[in-house]
Amino acid sequence: MLELERVGAYLLPWEFSPAWVIVCLAAAGCYLRGLKRLRSRGQAPGFWRPLAFLLGVGGVYAVTQTHYDYLSQYMFFTHRAQHLVLHHAAPFLVALAAPLPVLAAGMPSRITNLPGRAVAGRILSPLYRLLQHPAIAPLLFVGLIYFWLIPEVHFDAMLSHQRYQIMNWSMLLDGLLFWWLVLDPRTPDQGGLGYGARVLALLVVIPPQILLGAYLTFSESVLFDVYAVCGRAWPIAPLTDQQLGGLITWIPASMMSVIGVLIVIRYILSDKGDADKGGASKAKAEHERGMPQP
Amino acid sequence: MNAAGTMRRRHSRFPAGLLSKGALVGGWFTLGALLSGCSDPGWQTKDISDLMPPLEFQLTSESGEAVDAQDFRGDATLLFFGFTHCHDVCPATMAHLDSIMGELDEEARDDLQVLFVSVDPARDDPETLRDYTTNFGPEFVGLTGSKDELNALTRRYRVTYGYGEKDSEGHYMVSHPSAIFAFDRSGEAQLLIRQDDEREAVLSDLRRLLASG
Repeated sequence: MLELERVGAYLLPWEFSPAWVIVCLAAAGCYLRGLKRLRSRGQAPGFWRPLAFLLGVGGVYAVTQTHYDYLSQYMFFTHRAQHLVLHHAAPFLVALAAPLPVLAAGMPSRITNLPGRAVAGRILSPLYRLLQHPAIAPLLFVGLIYFWLIPEVHFDAMLSHQRYQIMNWSMLLDGLLFWWLVLDPRTPDQGGLGYGARVLALLVVIPPQILLGAYLTFSESVLFDVYAVCGRAWPIAPLTDQQLGGLITWIPASMMSVIGVLIVIRYILSDKGDADKGGASKAKAEHERGMPQP
Repeated sequence: MNAAGTMRRRHSRFPAGLLSKGALVGGWFTLGALLSGCSDPGWQTKDISDLMPPLEFQLTSESGEAVDAQDFRGDATLLFFGFTHCHDVCPATMAHLDSIMGELDEEARDDLQVLFVSVDPARDDPETLRDYTTNFGPEFVGLTGSKDELNALTRRYRVTYGYGEKDSEGHYMVSHPSAIFAFDRSGEAQLLIRQDDEREAVLSDLRRLLASG
């Protein structure tokens, strides 16, 4: 019983934040509802895409609204792992799931018919297009990682609840934008970004991440004193903490780009296959694309 | 095909609208400037008046009595977390503080108190704490509390502590914050003093803190 209570305590949020809970629950709920509707129409997207989507949303929830969040506030390497999920792994899975049709099917009609929706779209779409410009998106992707790791900025973000939240939200939103841009299931003909630009975007973000990760890993001095100032979750040598954090920033983060490139190559091949076979199979391939079959 | 054409044109139209959209980029960087903090230029150590709540706690004093933050209002307060078996950060910080405070006027020194909160209540009972703080000046007061009481206080100031594995002799390390939090006479959070802050900077800020209110 005691054991159960302890496990329960780990699953509860360290700092309850309604925004994360609402967004994660709404996304998962909307998706499951859409899935049920599509399934009844025989249009459900198979097994892998829903799995990827729910894993992504679950990952976001797990690193923000469980006891894990405590670790990410009081240790550098666990913080880096949190951002690896928020900025890389979770948005990657969500984008790979190509969830928009399912989410649209699950969206309550009250929300889809909200007044002012067109106006909001008109205001937001230039901003969206700017952020998704193939030259801006990678810059923003890498820039945000660097920005929040400026020691003074990092210090304040860890000290202030509000800034900590802004940091994590900005990482998640930027991650969604970037991975959506490069893993967009639409072909260039349908309005998706050209495949060459996608591969380029994925490749240009690798060197700066390697550089930063290596710098953190090989630095001989402690760069982020906030963890000493605020105390660590358990006694660990500060340099070890920083080196582990550096390795997380360096290796898995850049690996994600490589996986991204492989997926884009698969898109290119299947797009070419469609062109060879003609337009008839296009809709079918489009339906299947987005989640590589194992 | 028409829809696709429009999308493409949208991408290629971008440079024309670049100037107007530069404002958005500008906005992004302004946000960055805001976030990087704009502290009161008068303070030389870290200003936390906007970041941290006033001093509140319920703990046990080194004489074994239950005390709360109200008992310490009236004087400027420095708050520091540690444990008496600490070999590096705590003795260094306490000695450093003691020597800095030695440079204050006697009157000013009387108006300042240093709360040393032990986050290792298993080893630091009131008596151990009392023996420890007598190594330093009379301004040093030892406090500790139950796990819940300590957690409430550390959480309030967004700091934490943790214990390492016990060795064969039962010794263990404790991770704890190295920051010193400074509060004014009414208990409002003012400053965060770090270990590597310049001596002159700390002294100047302490004088200013004591002169106010």
